[in-house]
Amino acid sequence: MAEYSAFSLLKNALAGNKDWKPAWRKPDPKASYDVIIIGGGGHGLSTAYYLAKEHGITNVAVLEKGWLGSGNVGRNTTAVRSNYLLPQNTRFYEHSMKLWENLSHDLNYNVMFSQRGCLNLAHTPAQLDDYARRGNAMRHLGVDAELWSVDRIKRLVPALDVSGSARFPVLGGLMQPRAGTARHDAVAWGYARGADRRGVDIVENCEVTGFLRDGGRITGVSTTRGEIRAKKVALAVAGSTGRVMQLAGISHMPIESHVLQAFVSESLKPIVDTVLTFGMGHFYISQSDKGGLVYGGDLDGYNSYAQRGSLPIVDEVMSEMLALFPGLARVRMLRSWGGLCDMTMDGSPIITTGPLPGMYLNCGWCYGGFKATPASGWCFAYTIAKDEPHELNAPFTLDRFYRGLIIDDKGQGANPRLH
Amino acid sequence: MLITCPYCGPRDVIEFTYQGDGNRERPQPASQNLDAWNAYVYDRLNPAGDHNEIWQHSGGCRAHLRVVRNTITHEILSTEFARGGHKSTDNRAEGRS
Repeated sequence: MAEYSAFSLLKNALAGNKDWKPAWRKPDPKASYDVIIIGGGGHGLSTAYYLAKEHGITNVAVLEKGWLGSGNVGRNTTAVRSNYLLPQNTRFYEHSMKLWENLSHDLNYNVMFSQRGCLNLAHTPAQLDDYARRGNAMRHLGVDAELWSVDRIKRLVPALDVSGSARFPVLGGLMQPRAGTARHDAVAWGYARGADRRGVDIVENCEVTGFLRDGGRITGVSTTRGEIRAKKVALAVAGSTGRVMQLAGISHMPIESHVLQAFVSESLKPIVDTVLTFGMGHFYISQSDKGGLVYGGDLDGYNSYAQRGSLPIVDEVMSEMLALFPGLARVRMLRSWGGLCDMTMDGSPIITTGPLPGMYLNCGWCYGGFKATPASGWCFAYTIAKDEPHELNAPFTLDRFYRGLIIDDKGQGANPRLH
Repeated sequence: MLITCPYCGPRDVIEFTYQGDGNRERPQPASQNLDAWNAYVYDRLNPAGDHNEIWQHSGGCRAHLRVVRNTITHEILSTEFARGGHKSTDNRAEGRS
């Protein structure tokens, strides 16, 4: 599949770049498939890719209601990390990290994965102890973690206010050096191309409007481009999970859809060479390769299906940024946008067979879905192909809430807006 | 977003705290109906459209309000005191619905 190589770049450059193939075809949907994946975001596309690559299942359609990259995969802040406390999460996200580390090579597509690290700032002695505990938990499972001193943090991020007069003085931080960022659009395009070249049909502008049933079993979907049958129907629709599950007759889920905003500033020279998170509120920032500061904060905090945010959160995010970087007060914000997050009751995702016969469900990514993209697709493809979970996603069931097996990394309980 | 508190009048959303789905019914404290408790704690109606929800005017009179809000447009369709709207029940026919 090596379409991109030094030789092909040179050849096409000399030929005026007229001979490149489209990255994916624009097929009309067939009457039936082995597997339909609803949702052409990162998780849907990576699921299709790994179904074809790992399990040889290529008679697959990915149905996307808009265009590729129009949903959450193009709306996130590109951070990738595996710095969790609980072993179920750590193992899963570390698997994702290992897939990230080889992803550009695997896809023959440069996803610009940059291991610039992720640093969580601590502002109280108790918080520093808590980060030490989390770092130890990570290292027990073979994940990299380092407890950093203020001096070392100051050397990495000189613009950060680490003085004692800061509103929330920095006492140290937990660094995961292997964490970083990836180019989110390239991740979608790379997976789409990889799946397409293996035979998967990627059908854009095809919105699912209902489910076809035979008795209680899901046997396909009705869409704005006609009815399509399938042996297996898999959902990977992120923030729209509530809406799509209602089409299948399931009105109640352990999920609320919330909107999360993100922001980009004008381009600056490099000042933040890592992904930095503020421990005293909810704020995170990194700098894109173009120089724009990419940052975000809390959810708006109430159910929303609007892909735009509200002003109070803009105000809060900006004030948290200034608490860390007083020197950025006059930097102009270029744009902001909102993405839909399906927040579960424990802050952890759901990857499972069911809940209806013939259906497979991948949802509940809260606002951590981007970093999970490779492992999510990898585990979901396994679950679809074998009708059982892989060891890595076995804990992420839908019924864990009712069985007392919640995976609540933040210990916030059944309150989505706090995760 | 402005929410009209019946005591205080229209106020900015930053004065309010979201308490979530207003359709949930809390079982009797002594209830041992696990399905009803699970439904109360974990299950949410999550509609794209009009949503019946509870807000507290935590930065004002502190009253709890029942608000009907559109989750796509954020239009507030009605607000009223939540008081009296809390039904207690222990005999939901099917547990989670």
